[in-house]
Amino acid sequence: MQLARIIGTVVSTVKNESLQGRTLLVVQTVDRNLESIGKPMVAIDSVGAGVGELVFWCRGKEASFPFKREDTPTDCTIVGIVDSEEHVRRG
Amino acid sequence: MIIARILGTVVSTQKDERLTGKKLLIVRPINVDGSDTTGYVVAVDTVGAGFHERVLVVAGSSARLAQGMKDVPVDAAIVGVIDRVDVEQ
Repeated sequence: MQLARIIGTVVSTVKNESLQGRTLLVVQTVDRNLESIGKPMVAIDSVGAGVGELVFWCRGKEASFPFKREDTPTDCTIVGIVDSEEHVRRG
Repeated sequence: MIIARILGTVVSTQKDERLTGKKLLIVRPINVDGSDTTGYVVAVDTVGAGFHERVLVVAGSSARLAQGMKDVPVDAAIVGVIDRVDVEQ
Protein backbone atom coordinates (compact mmCIF):
# COMPACT_ATOMS: atom_id res chain seq x y z
CA MET A 1 0.00 0.00 0.00
CA GLN A 2 1.13 3.53 -0.62
CA LEU A 3 0.21 7.02 0.51
CA ALA A 4 -1.36 9.31 -2.03
CA ARG A 5 -3.10 12.62 -2.36
CA ILE A 6 -6.38 12.75 -4.26
CA ILE A 7 -5.94 15.41 -6.91
CA GLY A 8 -8.94 14.97 -9.17
CA THR A 9 -11.86 13.03 -10.51
CA VAL A 10 -12.57 11.04 -13.65
CA VAL A 11 -15.97 10.87 -15.32
CA SER A 12 -16.74 7.83 -17.47
CA THR A 13 -20.22 7.03 -18.73
CA VAL A 14 -19.45 4.12 -21.01
CA LYS A 15 -17.67 1.55 -18.87
CA ASN A 16 -17.51 -2.11 -18.10
CA GLU A 17 -20.72 -3.16 -16.37
CA SER A 18 -18.80 -4.33 -13.34
CA LEU A 19 -17.63 -0.76 -12.71
CA GLN A 20 -21.10 0.81 -12.69
CA GLY A 21 -21.63 3.08 -9.70
CA ARG A 22 -17.96 3.22 -8.69
CA THR A 23 -16.20 6.51 -8.04
CA LEU A 24 -13.03 7.09 -10.05
CA LEU A 25 -10.43 9.42 -8.55
CA VAL A 26 -7.01 10.63 -9.68
CA VAL A 27 -4.38 9.90 -7.05
CA GLN A 28 -0.84 11.24 -6.83
CA THR A 29 1.47 9.01 -4.82
CA VAL A 30 3.49 10.82 -2.15
CA ASP A 31 6.49 9.90 -0.01
CA ARG A 32 6.76 10.17 3.80
CA ASN A 33 7.39 13.90 3.49
CA LEU A 34 4.20 14.16 1.46
CA GLU A 35 6.15 15.12 -1.66
CA SER A 36 4.80 13.85 -4.97
CA ILE A 37 6.55 10.84 -6.48
CA GLY A 38 5.80 9.19 -9.79
CA LYS A 39 2.87 9.79 -12.07
CA PRO A 40 -0.78 10.13 -11.08
CA MET A 41 -3.00 7.05 -11.39
CA VAL A 42 -6.73 6.50 -11.59
CA ALA A 43 -8.11 4.63 -8.59
CA ILE A 44 -11.50 3.33 -7.52
CA ASP A 45 -12.73 4.61 -4.20
CA SER A 46 -13.94 2.13 -1.58
CA VAL A 47 -14.06 4.41 1.47
CA GLY A 48 -15.79 7.64 0.41
CA ALA A 49 -12.67 9.78 0.01
CA GLY A 50 -12.70 13.22 -1.60
CA VAL A 51 -10.44 15.55 -3.55
CA GLY A 52 -7.57 16.95 -1.44
CA GLU A 53 -7.56 14.15 1.12
CA LEU A 54 -4.55 12.03 2.02
CA VAL A 55 -5.32 8.35 1.52
CA PHE A 56 -3.62 5.03 1.11
CA TRP A 57 -4.24 2.74 -1.80
CA CYS A 58 -3.32 -0.76 -2.83
CA ARG A 59 -2.44 -2.06 -6.24
CA GLY A 60 -2.60 -5.38 -8.03
CA LYS A 61 -5.29 -7.99 -7.84
CA GLU A 62 -5.76 -7.23 -4.15
CA ALA A 63 -7.28 -3.93 -5.22
CA SER A 64 -10.47 -5.77 -6.11
CA PHE A 65 -10.85 -7.32 -2.64
CA PRO A 66 -12.89 -4.46 -1.10
CA PHE A 67 -15.57 -5.10 -3.72
CA LYS A 68 -17.21 -8.17 -5.13
CA ARG A 69 -13.87 -9.76 -5.60
CA GLU A 70 -14.24 -11.86 -8.73
CA ASP A 71 -16.19 -9.16 -10.44
CA THR A 72 -14.47 -5.81 -10.18
CA PRO A 73 -11.67 -5.06 -12.63
CA THR A 74 -9.39 -2.68 -10.76
CA ASP A 75 -5.66 -2.65 -10.13
CA CYS A 76 -5.69 0.46 -7.96
CA THR A 77 -8.14 1.05 -5.09
CA ILE A 78 -8.28 3.59 -2.28
CA VAL A 79 -8.65 1.55 0.91
CA GLY A 80 -8.23 4.12 3.68
CA ILE A 81 -8.27 7.81 4.57
CA VAL A 82 -5.41 9.18 6.70
CA ASP A 83 -6.84 10.96 9.76
CA SER A 84 -4.02 13.38 10.39
CA GLU A 85 -1.18 14.45 8.16
CA GLU A 86 0.85 15.39 11.23
CA HIS A 87 1.22 11.73 12.15
CA VAL A 88 2.75 11.05 8.77
CA ARG A 89 5.17 13.96 8.95
CA ARG A 90 6.40 13.08 12.43
CA GLY A 91 7.05 9.48 11.41
CA MET B 1 -5.64 2.08 -13.65
CA ILE B 2 -4.01 4.28 -16.21
CA ILE B 3 -5.40 6.73 -18.71
CA ALA B 4 -4.56 5.91 -22.31
CA ARG B 5 -5.40 6.98 -25.83
CA ILE B 6 -6.32 4.52 -28.54
CA LEU B 7 -3.84 4.67 -31.38
CA GLY B 8 -4.67 1.67 -33.52
CA THR B 9 -5.94 -1.83 -33.92
CA VAL B 10 -4.35 -5.25 -33.98
CA VAL B 11 -5.58 -8.03 -36.25
CA SER B 12 -4.68 -11.56 -35.22
CA THR B 13 -6.11 -14.72 -36.73
CA GLN B 14 -3.99 -17.36 -35.04
CA LYS B 15 -4.55 -16.81 -31.33
CA ASP B 16 -5.63 -18.48 -28.13
CA GLU B 17 -9.20 -19.62 -28.69
CA ARG B 18 -10.39 -17.75 -25.62
CA LEU B 19 -9.39 -14.54 -27.39
CA THR B 20 -11.67 -15.25 -30.33
CA GLY B 21 -14.07 -12.38 -30.87
CA LYS B 22 -12.19 -10.01 -28.60
CA LYS B 23 -11.14 -6.66 -30.04
CA LEU B 24 -7.45 -5.85 -29.62
CA LEU B 25 -6.39 -2.22 -29.60
CA ILE B 26 -3.06 -0.44 -29.36
CA VAL B 27 -3.13 2.19 -26.63
CA ARG B 28 -0.56 4.71 -25.44
CA PRO B 29 -0.54 5.77 -21.78
CA ILE B 30 -1.11 9.52 -21.41
CA ASN B 31 -0.77 12.02 -18.58
CA VAL B 32 -3.79 13.45 -16.76
CA ASP B 33 -3.40 16.68 -18.75
CA GLY B 34 -3.81 14.71 -21.98
CA SER B 35 -0.19 14.87 -23.11
CA ASP B 36 1.37 11.72 -24.53
CA THR B 37 3.92 9.54 -22.78
CA THR B 38 5.99 6.94 -24.55
CA GLY B 39 5.37 3.30 -25.25
CA TYR B 40 2.44 1.14 -26.27
CA VAL B 41 0.23 -1.50 -24.74
CA VAL B 42 -2.01 -3.96 -26.56
CA ALA B 43 -5.27 -4.12 -24.63
CA VAL B 44 -8.53 -6.01 -25.03
CA ASP B 45 -11.55 -3.77 -25.44
CA THR B 46 -14.55 -4.55 -23.20
CA VAL B 47 -16.59 -1.39 -23.78
CA GLY B 48 -16.61 -0.65 -27.52
CA ALA B 49 -14.10 2.19 -27.48
CA GLY B 50 -13.13 3.97 -30.68
CA PHE B 51 -10.07 5.42 -32.35
CA HIS B 52 -8.36 8.26 -30.48
CA GLU B 53 -10.69 8.12 -27.47
CA ARG B 54 -9.31 8.44 -23.95
CA VAL B 55 -9.89 5.25 -22.03
CA LEU B 56 -9.23 3.60 -18.68
CA VAL B 57 -6.90 0.61 -18.85
CA VAL B 58 -6.60 -1.99 -16.12
CA ALA B 59 -3.34 -3.94 -16.10
CA GLY B 60 -2.20 -7.18 -14.55
CA SER B 61 -4.36 -10.04 -13.35
CA SER B 62 -7.18 -7.60 -12.55
CA ALA B 63 -7.79 -7.30 -16.30
CA ARG B 64 -9.32 -10.78 -16.19
CA LEU B 65 -11.93 -9.62 -13.69
CA ALA B 66 -13.71 -7.44 -16.24
CA GLN B 67 -17.02 -8.78 -17.37
CA GLY B 68 -16.54 -11.20 -20.26
CA MET B 69 -12.83 -11.68 -19.52
CA LYS B 70 -13.04 -14.63 -17.13
CA ASP B 71 -10.17 -17.08 -17.79
CA VAL B 72 -9.10 -15.10 -20.86
CA PRO B 73 -5.31 -14.78 -21.15
CA VAL B 74 -5.01 -10.99 -21.00
CA ASP B 75 -3.06 -8.59 -18.81
CA ALA B 76 -4.49 -5.30 -20.07
CA ALA B 77 -8.16 -4.47 -20.59
CA ILE B 78 -9.99 -1.30 -21.56
CA VAL B 79 -12.76 -0.95 -18.98
CA GLY B 80 -14.09 2.57 -19.54
CA VAL B 81 -14.31 5.47 -21.98
CA ILE B 82 -13.35 8.74 -20.30
CA ASP B 83 -15.68 11.71 -20.64
CA ARG B 84 -13.79 14.13 -18.47
CA VAL B 85 -10.78 14.37 -16.16
CA ASP B 86 -10.75 17.17 -13.57
CA VAL B 87 -7.47 17.71 -11.77
CA GLU B 88 -6.70 20.33 -9.12
CA GLN B 89 -3.51 22.16 -9.98
